[in-house]
Amino acid sequence: MTDLTSLSYTEEHEWISRDGEIATVGITDYAADKLGDVVYVDLPAAGSTVTAGEVCGEIESTKSVGELYAPVTGEVVEVNTALDDDPSAINTDAFGDGWLLKIRGTETVPLLDRAGYEALTDGAA
Amino acid sequence: MPVRYTSDLAEHRAVREAAGLFDISHMAEFLVAGVPAGAFLDYALAGRLSALPVGKAKYSLVLADDGGIVDDVIVYRTGEDRFLVIANAGNRDAVAAAFAERAGRAPVAAAFLEAPATGVVSFAHVDGGDRARIEDVTDQLALIAVQGPAAEQILGETAGLAASGLPDLGYYAWREGTFDRAPVLVARTGYTGEDGFELMIPNAQAEALWDALLAAGRPRGLVPAGLAARDTLRLEAGMPLYGHELSREIAPAQAGLGRVVAMAKDDFVGKAGLTARDLPDAPMLVGLSAEGRRAGRAGYPVLGPDGAPVGEITSGALSPTLGHPIAMAFVPPALAAPGTALAIDVRGTAVPATVTSLPFYRRTK
Repeated sequence: MTDLTSLSYTEEHEWISRDGEIATVGITDYAADKLGDVVYVDLPAAGSTVTAGEVCGEIESTKSVGELYAPVTGEVVEVNTALDDDPSAINTDAFGDGWLLKIRGTETVPLLDRAGYEALTDGAA
Repeated sequence: MPVRYTSDLAEHRAVREAAGLFDISHMAEFLVAGVPAGAFLDYALAGRLSALPVGKAKYSLVLADDGGIVDDVIVYRTGEDRFLVIANAGNRDAVAAAFAERAGRAPVAAAFLEAPATGVVSFAHVDGGDRARIEDVTDQLALIAVQGPAAEQILGETAGLAASGLPDLGYYAWREGTFDRAPVLVARTGYTGEDGFELMIPNAQAEALWDALLAAGRPRGLVPAGLAARDTLRLEAGMPLYGHELSREIAPAQAGLGRVVAMAKDDFVGKAGLTARDLPDAPMLVGLSAEGRRAGRAGYPVLGPDGAPVGEITSGALSPTLGHPIAMAFVPPALAAPGTALAIDVRGTAVPATVTSLPFYRRTK
């Protein structure tokens, strides 16, 4: 079980787990639950560059399409290709197997701690 | 009815493989009763309801004078002079207004001008003598659907539910049964493409019936299912949804529903309008299948062979059962033949799609 207080969060409902200059990025279980069952993810390719605060991908559920905002500026060093054929881990294990990207970089959008994120969602997260 | 109880996909799969339980009590119900009821519905609706045998149900349309679609409905003949009409919740007021207005000008007008009666709902028995009336009974009735291959077995095992002969009950037929001494109408109808039933019961007993169905069905894989699963199920089954495939701007033939209109009837609302329409160039409803996982959704443009927009998607999703994107769309007749290669503009990307005959999914038995 991931220690949720060890993660950082964005107002766009992403989480970031930092290991040195590598940031692992996903969407929160709260966001996944709001989207419904995710059926397709469109992520930037490994090796491409993303900019904090700009759209870098899409997450589609049976009922809607959500845009993925890059929370970090930098090079995409790894993409969770296991999600290509079966993105259900985003719903079942949002903070674990449902991770989306690993980005090398330290410049980020404004981040929230766990308490700040829970406040953002009125305690629903 | 919530969008989902737990997971859209799990609920969808349960209906295809076992069974799903839907609370569709939001739908509108109208009782049309009295000696001229059959003749009135022949005038007010597109089909020939006077020919519907007692014990059967029929899909029909409420047309506007110009032939556009006001609503799609299911009509149950519950007695010689008694019908129940199930309409979409969002069209409750429109259907009520159409019925009231048509009662005033139908060939059988006079009998329908009396004030509506109130009282206990009884499905099969005329309880108001032969006084004709149209009554909105939406607020008295609950509607629960049990859909899926295990549905018949589950109804047979539900404590307190007595409805004889369900194995012999045909599609679009109904029986009156009882649940805890309350009358319940059990109809073999649905909106999922699976075998299944819709149960109409007075509100007071609805919650107990829901609980009893769930208790009997859980061991057989029954789960409560929400609006999201209902939408992907009906889309796979090629069934139209009012406000998406059907509207006042669409004539029945455009949506593949020409067979629902009994043009040979002497007079009915919409006949003159449909006769006057010239439809050879009107857009036609088609199915579209695509590869990959990016689904076209309602409102997305459909692109022709030269890449120019030729139509618009009305409903679309990644089909949970088939594993590829499916959609319904209106396109020009020249591009409506199955096999025609088109494309869907998915947020700026042209995704190739092929015109496919409906339904996308057909159950195997």
